[in-house]
Amino acid sequence: MDFLNAIVAFANFVFVPGLAYGAQLALGALGVTLIYGILRFSNFAHGDTMAFGTMATILVTWLLQSWGVSFGVLPTALLALPFGVAATALMVLGTDRAVYRFYRKQKAAPVILVIVSMGVMFVMNGIVRFIIGVEDIGFADGERFLISARTFKEMTGLDEGLAIRTTTVITLVTAAISVALLFWFLNKTRTGKSMRAFSDNEDLALLSGISPERVVAVTWIIVAALATTAGVLYGLDKSFKAFTYFQLLLPIFAAAIVGGLGNPLGAIAGGFVIAFSEVTVTYAWKKVLGYVLPDSLAPDSLVQLLSTDYKFAVSFALLILVLLFKPTGLFKGQSV
Amino acid sequence: MRNVVLFGLMGLLIVGTGLMQGWNLALTIVNMGLISGVMALGVNLQWGFAGLFNIGVMGFVALGGLATVLVSMPATPGAWSAGGIRILLSLVLGAATIVAAVLVQQRMEKGRMRSVATVAILVIGFFVFRAAFDPGVEGVEAINPASSGNLGGLGLPVLLAWPVGGLLAAGAAWIIGKTALGLRSDYLAIATLGIAEIILAVMKNEDWLARGVKNVIGIPRPVAYEVELQQDPGFIERAASFGLDPVGASTLYVKLSYGVLFALVLILLLWLAQRALNSPWGRMMRAIRDNEVAAEAMGKDVKGRHLQIFILGSAICGIAGAMMTTLDGQLTPTSYQPLRFTFLVWVMVIVGGSGNNFGAVLGGMLIWWLWVMVEPIGLWLMQVITSGMADGSWLKDHLIDSAAQMRLLTMGVILLLMLRFNPRGLIPER
Repeated sequence: MDFLNAIVAFANFVFVPGLAYGAQLALGALGVTLIYGILRFSNFAHGDTMAFGTMATILVTWLLQSWGVSFGVLPTALLALPFGVAATALMVLGTDRAVYRFYRKQKAAPVILVIVSMGVMFVMNGIVRFIIGVEDIGFADGERFLISARTFKEMTGLDEGLAIRTTTVITLVTAAISVALLFWFLNKTRTGKSMRAFSDNEDLALLSGISPERVVAVTWIIVAALATTAGVLYGLDKSFKAFTYFQLLLPIFAAAIVGGLGNPLGAIAGGFVIAFSEVTVTYAWKKVLGYVLPDSLAPDSLVQLLSTDYKFAVSFALLILVLLFKPTGLFKGQSV
Repeated sequence: MRNVVLFGLMGLLIVGTGLMQGWNLALTIVNMGLISGVMALGVNLQWGFAGLFNIGVMGFVALGGLATVLVSMPATPGAWSAGGIRILLSLVLGAATIVAAVLVQQRMEKGRMRSVATVAILVIGFFVFRAAFDPGVEGVEAINPASSGNLGGLGLPVLLAWPVGGLLAAGAAWIIGKTALGLRSDYLAIATLGIAEIILAVMKNEDWLARGVKNVIGIPRPVAYEVELQQDPGFIERAASFGLDPVGASTLYVKLSYGVLFALVLILLLWLAQRALNSPWGRMMRAIRDNEVAAEAMGKDVKGRHLQIFILGSAICGIAGAMMTTLDGQLTPTSYQPLRFTFLVWVMVIVGGSGNNFGAVLGGMLIWWLWVMVEPIGLWLMQVITSGMADGSWLKDHLIDSAAQMRLLTMGVILLLMLRFNPRGLIPER
């Protein structure tokens, strides 16, 4: 019984939250890795693209709510998501036309593009703050729990509850659908194949008649969709705040690099690796260990390896370790 | 000639601000502008001279701020005996663990044994470190937590904190450089971004060090206090001879004395940076920046030089951070934001002209002036735009409330325009 309790406590506080967070990071890292593969620079504006997409979705959600439209037990934001994606796609395509294209034509060094993306980051951050402000915004509605901790306890008769939040399930399902769509697109469709060809060898791809502008445009649209989805899922799970989204940049980059920059499969793996390490290192293990160990060995302290505020340190330490020992990432990524 | 004109225009902007909005504000802008100039000089050293992409400026600035507390605040009575010594010793223990792990990596033969040994040393070392460290922290943080609860400082003159801030930042830069400098430019960027966040996380959480988010206030000043000046008959008399009231005169005097101190530091660093730029060392740096492979073929130690200039640039940022905390008179870790302390400094360097020291300083002053001025200008703009709208309509309120958020937007637009149309900056590299 104690052992079951330990497993449930572990699932409730470590596994399930880590799974949701990992899926959100994976979607974010996929966007970063696609940009890196096709446009060949690290996009520092990605966190703010996510913020922009989420903001657009929140605005549509509010509009829908004011019309009295709801999605039943599911959050209204899911209905608004396609509109958010469309708005973000228009925005990034506009940014590409106005900003990035000039440097692409010039064949500017990647580091110049990174600095340019810093400028875009400022502008997007400014726009988001201008439109929706800097406060914390919760926009999740519908049913909060699929199974609440109390129902679970009653169902199983265990001391520990396992709460499954609706947002967690939505996150996982949506992420799985997005990833499946993305891989189907990249592997089966003509455009997707041309994107992969372009990423592998630009010159050869150009020679075989692939239009670079088309590939770039499609990439931006996909990235907008991924970023918005990631941002909305994160916002539903926690809350929306412009500054938090900017800070997500670090774990997202860590995920993309740990998995291998430019490799979509790596981005997904990296997202989960980063998320689980963050959660396990900053979780106080007292409860779980208390169930597993005999009473004489039960710990008195919290058994928390690092305080929660050091979660950045965890993703960062992993990042450094991978860079030092396996610079192309866990899955072979590009290294330029 | 162009430099003189541009700096003259900058001076006019300041004078204009002084005439329009009061000299108090103008001097405040000048002081922070001088500090920004120092920061920009540090980033310019790394990016302009050597092409190193460091976006962890905030971390080094924060370390400089930490130095001010550690040097100038009085020691908390009893803190050292309550656990301070223990903390120091366990930190040494932690460092020894890491050194041991690195030694194992270097000395043992590659293979499973080595990995197991490294991991074992790190894991055991971590728990031993925590066991030694935690009671010390508890002891220190228990002392009068409402007003201190930290180790305090050495009680030395605050001016000493400036070079110490530089040293602290240099030490951190050495560790980062050793691990991350071999990486590609965007990896280095992400690594430095992460380090800055970690430095901040440490400063926010380790209350024994500098009270964390509870802030340290009342850091001693290197210049006179307004209250003392207002009671000094000699000062009142002199103020009256300029036609100023004692209160206004005393604030101006304090700000002016800060300004003189900052200007001295800036001029010294500028002179040193100019000497470095025009020395064989500076030429070598630019050669490395322009073509690493060729420079290496000529027998230059690219990695060593990169480490050197990374440390120097970070040290300058640390000095600037110490100066800033001295000016504020308090250390508030929550006020360090990457957009303000890392990316804004980058805008300064790029707008001013990367590779040119005078450009960086001009950029620092100009962008800081804009950063302060965008808010009133934005508010005014919004009032003009919304003047036709009915009072109390939500759009009008929203636009006016959001005017404060115009800053980031403006900075981004300036950066993008500059990169597009004048990528070499206002004062280009010669």
